[in-house]
Amino acid sequence: MASKQQLVVIGNGMAGARAVEEILARGGADQFEITMFGEEPYGNYNRILLSDVLNGSHEAEDIFLNPLGWYADNGIKLHAGVKVSRILRHAQQVEAEGGIVASYDKLIIATGSLPFIPPMDGVKLPDGSDKPGVFVFRNLDDCRKITAYAMGKKRGVVIGGGLLGLEAARGLQNFSLDVHVIQRGNAIMGQQLDDPAAAILKKTLEGLGIVVHTNRDTRAIRGHDQVTGLEFKDGTRLACDLVVIAAGIKANSGLALRAGLAVERGIVVDNRLCTDDPRVFAVGECVQHRGQVYGLVAPLWEQAKVLAAHLTGTDAEAAYYGSKVATKLKVMGVEVASMGITEPTEEGDEVVQFTEAKKGTYKKLIIRNGRLVGGILLGDIRKAPYLSQAFERNTPVPDERLSLLFDIGAPSEEASIESMPVEMQVCNCNGVTKGKIMGCVKQGKRSSKSVMEATRAGMGCGACKALVSQVIEWACGGATDEDPSANFYVPGVPLTKPELIEAIRALGLKSVSSVFAELAGGKEDPGSKPGLASLLITLWADEYVDERDARFINDRVHANIQKDGTFSVIPQMPGGVTSAAELRRIADVADKYHVPLMKLTGGQRIDLIGVKREDLPNVWRDLDMPSGFAYGKRYRTCKSCVGTDFCRFGLGNSIGLAQQIEARFQGLDAPGKLKLATAGCPRNCSEALVKDVGAVAVEGGKWEIYVGGAAGAHVRKGDLLCTVDTHEAVLRLSGRFLQYYRENARYLERTYAFVPRIGIDKIRDVVVEDSEGIANRLDQAMQRSVEAYRDPWLEAVTPATANQFSSLLPIVQ
Amino acid sequence: MEITLGPVTAIPEGEGRSFQIGPEQIAVFRARDGGLFATQAECPHRRGPLADGLLGASTLICPLHSLKFDLHTGQSENGDCALKTYAARLSDSGQIMIDL
Repeated sequence: MASKQQLVVIGNGMAGARAVEEILARGGADQFEITMFGEEPYGNYNRILLSDVLNGSHEAEDIFLNPLGWYADNGIKLHAGVKVSRILRHAQQVEAEGGIVASYDKLIIATGSLPFIPPMDGVKLPDGSDKPGVFVFRNLDDCRKITAYAMGKKRGVVIGGGLLGLEAARGLQNFSLDVHVIQRGNAIMGQQLDDPAAAILKKTLEGLGIVVHTNRDTRAIRGHDQVTGLEFKDGTRLACDLVVIAAGIKANSGLALRAGLAVERGIVVDNRLCTDDPRVFAVGECVQHRGQVYGLVAPLWEQAKVLAAHLTGTDAEAAYYGSKVATKLKVMGVEVASMGITEPTEEGDEVVQFTEAKKGTYKKLIIRNGRLVGGILLGDIRKAPYLSQAFERNTPVPDERLSLLFDIGAPSEEASIESMPVEMQVCNCNGVTKGKIMGCVKQGKRSSKSVMEATRAGMGCGACKALVSQVIEWACGGATDEDPSANFYVPGVPLTKPELIEAIRALGLKSVSSVFAELAGGKEDPGSKPGLASLLITLWADEYVDERDARFINDRVHANIQKDGTFSVIPQMPGGVTSAAELRRIADVADKYHVPLMKLTGGQRIDLIGVKREDLPNVWRDLDMPSGFAYGKRYRTCKSCVGTDFCRFGLGNSIGLAQQIEARFQGLDAPGKLKLATAGCPRNCSEALVKDVGAVAVEGGKWEIYVGGAAGAHVRKGDLLCTVDTHEAVLRLSGRFLQYYRENARYLERTYAFVPRIGIDKIRDVVVEDSEGIANRLDQAMQRSVEAYRDPWLEAVTPATANQFSSLLPIVQ
Repeated sequence: MEITLGPVTAIPEGEGRSFQIGPEQIAVFRARDGGLFATQAECPHRRGPLADGLLGASTLICPLHSLKFDLHTGQSENGDCALKTYAARLSDSGQIMIDL
């Protein structure tokens, strides 16, 4: 067996130790003898929690990541408290204090960063020694020194209003000091916040007793033998007993520089974290990669992985491309999340913003081409996990920008796709788990459509489609394939809805088979048939050539298929009003045909469930009632409350209006099903606010028309379209809206998706204000469709196709 | 064994119908381009009546849960199951012929 290579690591901070952990995780212990040098006399600790040590919420030992025993257990030789003095690249050696010399085959430099001390007078005593009362804030020793000095002092000042400075200020408060923060510019946390956010945070901090001075540039630290105060360039002074300089960090790259390695703002490395010496690597805050120097922990984790993959030879393709930095932190109890840029930088950058200064809440997002490029959350950071993921992965964000800032109604499942267990069901209709989707993506299906088709995820009620797409996107690492057919009206005809309508009109195509023949090369795609049928009915009304095979079974037999192949029969009952005679007739039918289940529906009708297909025509005949169309993508029903006839609160005749609505729109085909309601007063007993179209009577003889509501798989309150005076106006405007929806919605797009996609303002402009001058045409088209109505249950007498109501044919010799 | 089921006009163009053949039920499909297919009558997934499905040139979608099948091979494109298929043809006199 070949002898092991010598791996030397300079730096035992978070970067150095993590790199070694990653190397060990890749079997590096078999390849390398590892020697580590750390300047501090400890094992490795979590520097992020230093301020907790300073403010006393953590003991020093609480923040250790790897105690000294860990090094011994893993066969690592640790020189703790030993400072490396130079790197001898030609000899491949590292020299350290006390005459220690270590030879290396591979060297990792992880020397981290040093506090940046802005140029000013009086930092040191005249003899060059440390001035009592002046501190930096970088390591555990600094914490100990500050703690020891602060006891009994009156006022502590932190120079630097950045993240580190505020953390230090929080620590100082613990010593009952009067704490001031000095910020050179006009905004604190300038790296993470914009000016308004900084102003809100400043106010919040001042409420917590911290005095923040902005636009103060320190000229000198005053005091002959110890700190007595600060003097600023504007001539003002501030008395104090203790100063913590936390004005930023700079890469600790002196060793590398003296060893002749390329150093700019940090040690220059390539995508493998290799310096310009192939034996020498560098990682962490001392590194400059593609011009960037990082001062946060997340990039360091990514770098350590890539570095380890190369050193151990486990993945020669591994590459670090830089990090998109999203941070989440707590500044004195104030939660802050920040990612990317803080101000728009390009023309067309979209800013979404919310401010509630009184509560200390501020949210701002910068969106470029539908993707998040920057964000600030202050006070309320509940959306941070989702947003930082969208930012890091560069995934498209939802069109409804409001949902980016707040969780409205629906649970924010998308927040945690990463943390979602693989066995978690994403599609609850078809039982498709996250794991199944991941497996499908692994097999090479990388578009939403292909994965949905292969797994049937999102093909039940459809409510999970967005979530399914997000999981697919996540599983693809953000790089899903564009599926051109995603924009087609139906997958089997390569045209968008407007293109398809134009072609259908131009060629006069009135049947589904003619559309396939003329526009899809004759190839009939079964999944495309119902969508085409729906569109052709909308366009041609009575001229439509009805080919039954194009329709889903429900629309061939005018009943709703059940799990056992039987059907449900729901007769029309406008406004939910019935009579004793009608109920007797229904009861007789149920007896005669042995209907297994009778149930009241949510749409105020009576459902006879479990009717055999052969019995359908006779059931209809005996009922002697028209179809209630409780099947298909059509107008279904219009619920109503009691209204004015008996209800003591009624303001409008809701039953009468519902019956008029039903008489007008019965059987109307649409891209999705249509459920309507009328309410006689704003108490809304018939739930008109969550219907595709809802009319609500209000005082003064008026009706409010709401559109785009839903309370099924998706819950949405409808948008107020307009307020009108008469039943006729309700019929006219809701009809016009429905026709606009029929012509412009995607197939299966319910109004709850259509209305927010188009925008209620635009819809109101077109439908109410007639901004496009099409109101008349829409009304006429709707009138034509209304006149084309025919009760399909009349097919009981004259069947439309051979064996239409036969479930099983005998052999005919 | 090839048996005659009856005239093809018993099935509307682009649709399917189920036939009772002794103890067995078989679904027969008549595509608009003239293609004739025969499979088991019930979907292996949840026993949906396949004859009531949506028919393309040579694919079928079950009416209950949208499983999609290739009628040549019987294989499902989006489920872990397959249909039993039978050779079907049209006789010169327009009769449906099935090879059992």
